[in-house]
Amino acid sequence: MSRPERRRVVITGLGPVSAFGVGMAPLWQALVEGRSALRPIERWDATGLPTSAAAEIPADLFDVKSYVPKSYRKATKVMARDIELAVGAAHEAVRDAGLVTKSHEGTPEGGTPTLPPDRVGCHIGAGLIAADIDELTSALFTARDGAGQFSFGLWGEQGMNNLTPLWLLKYLPNMLACHVTIIHDCQGPSNTITCAETSAALSIGESMRVIERGDADACLSGGAEARLHPMGVLRQIFAKRLAPTPAGSNAAAIVRPFDAAATGGLLGEGGGILVLEALDSATKRGAKPIAEIAGYAAAQCFCPDTVGAIVNETGEEIASAITNAIEQAGLTPDEIDAIVPFGSGIASLDASEAAAIRSAFGARATAIPFVQVMPFVGNCGAGCGALSVAIAAQCLRTQTLPARINTTGSPFDANAAPSRAASLRHILVMTTSLGGQTAAIVLRATN
Amino acid sequence: MPSSPRIVITGMGWITPLGHDLKSVWGRLMRSESGMAPIDRFDARTFPTTFAAQVRNFNVAEYVRDAAVHATAGLNTCFALGAARQAWEQAGLSGFAGLNRRRAGIYLGAGEGVLDTEHYVAANIAGWDEAAQRIDGQRWAAAALREMTAMREIEQEPNMPVSHLAREFGLRGPAYNCLTACAASTQAIGEACTILRRGDTDLMMAGGTHTMIHMLGVTGFNRLTALSTSKGDPTKASRPFDRDRDGFVMGEGSGMVILETLDHALARGAKPVAEVLGYGSSADAFRITDIQPEGRGAAAAMSMALRQAGIDPAGRRGDGRAPIDYISAHGTGTKENDSIETLAVKRVFGSLAKDIPMSSVKSMMGHLIAAAGAVELITCVLAIESGMLPPTINYNTPDPALDLDYVPNVARKAKVDVCLSNSFGFGGQNDTLIVSRWNG
Repeated sequence: MSRPERRRVVITGLGPVSAFGVGMAPLWQALVEGRSALRPIERWDATGLPTSAAAEIPADLFDVKSYVPKSYRKATKVMARDIELAVGAAHEAVRDAGLVTKSHEGTPEGGTPTLPPDRVGCHIGAGLIAADIDELTSALFTARDGAGQFSFGLWGEQGMNNLTPLWLLKYLPNMLACHVTIIHDCQGPSNTITCAETSAALSIGESMRVIERGDADACLSGGAEARLHPMGVLRQIFAKRLAPTPAGSNAAAIVRPFDAAATGGLLGEGGGILVLEALDSATKRGAKPIAEIAGYAAAQCFCPDTVGAIVNETGEEIASAITNAIEQAGLTPDEIDAIVPFGSGIASLDASEAAAIRSAFGARATAIPFVQVMPFVGNCGAGCGALSVAIAAQCLRTQTLPARINTTGSPFDANAAPSRAASLRHILVMTTSLGGQTAAIVLRATN
Repeated sequence: MPSSPRIVITGMGWITPLGHDLKSVWGRLMRSESGMAPIDRFDARTFPTTFAAQVRNFNVAEYVRDAAVHATAGLNTCFALGAARQAWEQAGLSGFAGLNRRRAGIYLGAGEGVLDTEHYVAANIAGWDEAAQRIDGQRWAAAALREMTAMREIEQEPNMPVSHLAREFGLRGPAYNCLTACAASTQAIGEACTILRRGDTDLMMAGGTHTMIHMLGVTGFNRLTALSTSKGDPTKASRPFDRDRDGFVMGEGSGMVILETLDHALARGAKPVAEVLGYGSSADAFRITDIQPEGRGAAAAMSMALRQAGIDPAGRRGDGRAPIDYISAHGTGTKENDSIETLAVKRVFGSLAKDIPMSSVKSMMGHLIAAAGAVELITCVLAIESGMLPPTINYNTPDPALDLDYVPNVARKAKVDVCLSNSFGFGGQNDTLIVSRWNG
């Protein structure tokens, strides 16, 4: 359905968080140079698992305390890693957009907030946040009976008291948005979408609609997830989504989107928050839009295995999301200049995506430039879509395509190639989750 | 938006601690019955809280076409399948071949699945290095790969109920799950309405499902001191709005509705059971542990929903009635929620607030967490259909600061055309829905 007179929504701030650190500059530099962040996991000894490589954010590149106001530092004690990443990403997005929010109170930049708090919404996708295994197990260990077995009775009597009273609040998925709304005083419509890897794309799409229909003038929108803990990696191994990483393998060369011989994906931690804003609001305050969100659509794939580890091999629902998003942008498929596919390196999912791209773009499918994300920063779960949209916006802003790596074996845009200048007007971003939820977003250049 | 389509509910279903179908549960609510009893799903005898409202005698196989397809589903997903099947049948969709499945979506506020406690705990203890006070990666990995089961882990992802429903009912339109704590399924239904209103779909299956009646769920809420720790009769423990309330009682289950644009419902000959008039959503943006003390966020959500419904909260209707006939309160039975919700309702409706009956079915079926909002919206529709208001039971000692009409202890006959349902989540997420009688 076309929306001829809808309010236009633009991106005015980018806050990606990836293994390259916080912000677009370090991420973009790596993408342009063709440098992957995937390497053996260092945070704990993961070598007992069949997959033990990922894209970790090095400790010196991320300290949550530097992204919260002094008055809020105490609250960082009840933030799971996922929450920390969202808080860092929101800080960067607000900075990049040139907004003054409550977070600036008491600093030289402080003053009246740029936008009224009740006109700012917040949509942050989140994953299944796992309990810190060391914190929880140290408490569980105190509730063993004489035979060394865990005892519910001892746990109820005293074991549970070893957990901090606010323990549960570290792990509720809505705490990403909750902390961000408190720090930046966003009182408008707020939501936490939890559809695995599609969470951030759905959040960005819904933020766009909230602004479009006038319920907010701006939204902090995106997603973040940190699966780089034992349970997070194990669950993805169980879901058959990760490539084995035997000793001596080169992690940077493992994730090979659309290569029929690909052995699987690898995880990353990260995501991003974007500032989405009504064009009229951005224009009024003199902010320069980075890109426009021109179209958005979602669908649910048929999944023969019910839980959606395998999605419909015809890719027809993914194709329908693509086609609807392009149509809502008022475009034809011929006007899409580049694609950021999900491109996970999981062979069956890549095959479904490939079928969808062929069906939506016909003969042109193999000629459209692809922008890769996962070979560089891994699969960041609920943060995936935010990273992809941020990267697409940066491509449009700089009129540049990043380098491509690990492309041998891909029928699409197959040659490994250095970064290059390109004339880019519209970019399509695609995401499909473990679970079969799929979303497509079309960005338009604003320069 | 004047051209915005009207949204109607054409089917409803639930699985609750008081039963598994609309009629029998409603009957028990009318008789002021409680679903609370000692927890028997795990040994909770030494926990600060030893009771909850569990779903009993439920068998998902009665509700699905092929139980093998859902064999690995978690309890939350099973509840959702049961509630959704009832809604699907009531909406007359099982015999309807003309549904455009690409324009039929899902929006759930489903909670995460249940942890595989026994094996998870065993793997963690086996992997623990007491001297180093941390997990030994090698030992943990060996134990975890031996103890845990792939599907029990995957089924914990919060989008799994959506995926199972999509598979069972063949829905291919936009599909979402939101997990905004205790507000989730109210939000899901509201968001589903916005998707219908903007023309992306013709029909949405919406609602919520959740259980946190497991070791770490009870632990988490006990540590927060949010649960009632009453030592007497469990059926007396949930006391919303009473002076001596001491926390909520956990429930579990699912509520599900079928929403359609009015045109779509009428074109296929479906009979609307109610109309959704308004939806409001806001964030407190205050503190992670406390509700904004003036009820700012809650009032904002109610006001936004009233605005969308075209209802003036300060004006009586032509026949002298208050603008709303019944409020289904969030009414958890915690000190803080019940007093601030009361304050927020007074802030929105002013002097008319005392004329609007407001009760909490959580007094009888407990707090269904993410599923609470959907179940409570269904009670609003049943109140409209039956002309009866469900009571707040265990209301014995009025709290001097809480002076609204909480429908104490017994169900009440009333003229009910328009109802408002509130849900407020931990962390300050506020959502409100308004439903009215369908006068087609």
